[in-house]
Amino acid sequence: MQAIKHEDTAMLDETDRRLILATQEGLPLDPRPYAVIARNIGISAGEVMQRLQRMLNSGVIRRIAAVPNHYQLGYTANAMSVWNVPDESIEKLGKRIGALEFVSHCYRRPRHLPNWPYNLFAMVHATSRDEALEKVAEIARLLGDNDQGHDILFSRRILKKTGMRLTP
Amino acid sequence: MQLDQIDRQIINSLQEGFPVTEQPYAEVAERLSLSESELIARLERLLADRVLTRFGPMFQAEKLGGAFTLVAMSVRDDDFERVADIVNSFPEVAHNYEREHHFNMWFVVATDNPKRINDVLTEIELDSGYSCYNMPKQDEYFVKLKLVV
Repeated sequence: MQAIKHEDTAMLDETDRRLILATQEGLPLDPRPYAVIARNIGISAGEVMQRLQRMLNSGVIRRIAAVPNHYQLGYTANAMSVWNVPDESIEKLGKRIGALEFVSHCYRRPRHLPNWPYNLFAMVHATSRDEALEKVAEIARLLGDNDQGHDILFSRRILKKTGMRLTP
Repeated sequence: MQLDQIDRQIINSLQEGFPVTEQPYAEVAERLSLSESELIARLERLLADRVLTRFGPMFQAEKLGGAFTLVAMSVRDDDFERVADIVNSFPEVAHNYEREHHFNMWFVVATDNPKRINDVLTEIELDSGYSCYNMPKQDEYFVKLKLVV
């Protein structure tokens, strides 16, 4: 990994890095998972817990949690809804849309005019295409006049899915 | 796979977080009125059956010094597979989706060296002959990590 310079970047030392590499595939399914990790990287269980807690506090770790598979749970219609909203209101609007229970991610991204006028992206998860369209209509109602155009991009095929890995 | 009420409780509860204590499974199991061994056995099955894709710390890549961006391309149908192969051949391309749209290819470039992002996009443009529309995240509004089942 490159030297860490970005101001948003928490200070991580070599032991933190080893701890990340040891846990990025998942937590051991052992009654004492942190003790198992500790043995694998040669520090104490107490230190593993202390370092994980510190990374949780600084936001390096968002949370320690289970990640469900949308498709396996019946959420087969996953739509990327994209919106053209006024820049001056985007923060307020983004927070309202992001808080909807069927929206998993909500981001601001740059427009590419004239081909791409949309600046707000909201991922919608539903069990059918009709349900996804209904949910997008709900977002449109919530936006009212601030909806200056939107589009829906259903996924047709996963071409690749590996996720980001720290290079050891 | 059929999920019973206990599976659902486990999935819902473990999306919220997991304790950093000596015996965290015992703690969660008690809250769900299960034994520690039953919780662990069910988690093993949910992971093996891919109902859960992961269980563990969720890292925020930007804070690890990494960088992400989302890129869109508009590729001719008869050229799609060739371009998909080019894009997928880059290890920095973490996800790539075909979507039903004029912009029909959407991929995420993720790297622990932020300087690589522009090089990767330039190389993809040269190799494929199509433009990359770079759409990095500028702001994030309440990313939910929970799906109620």
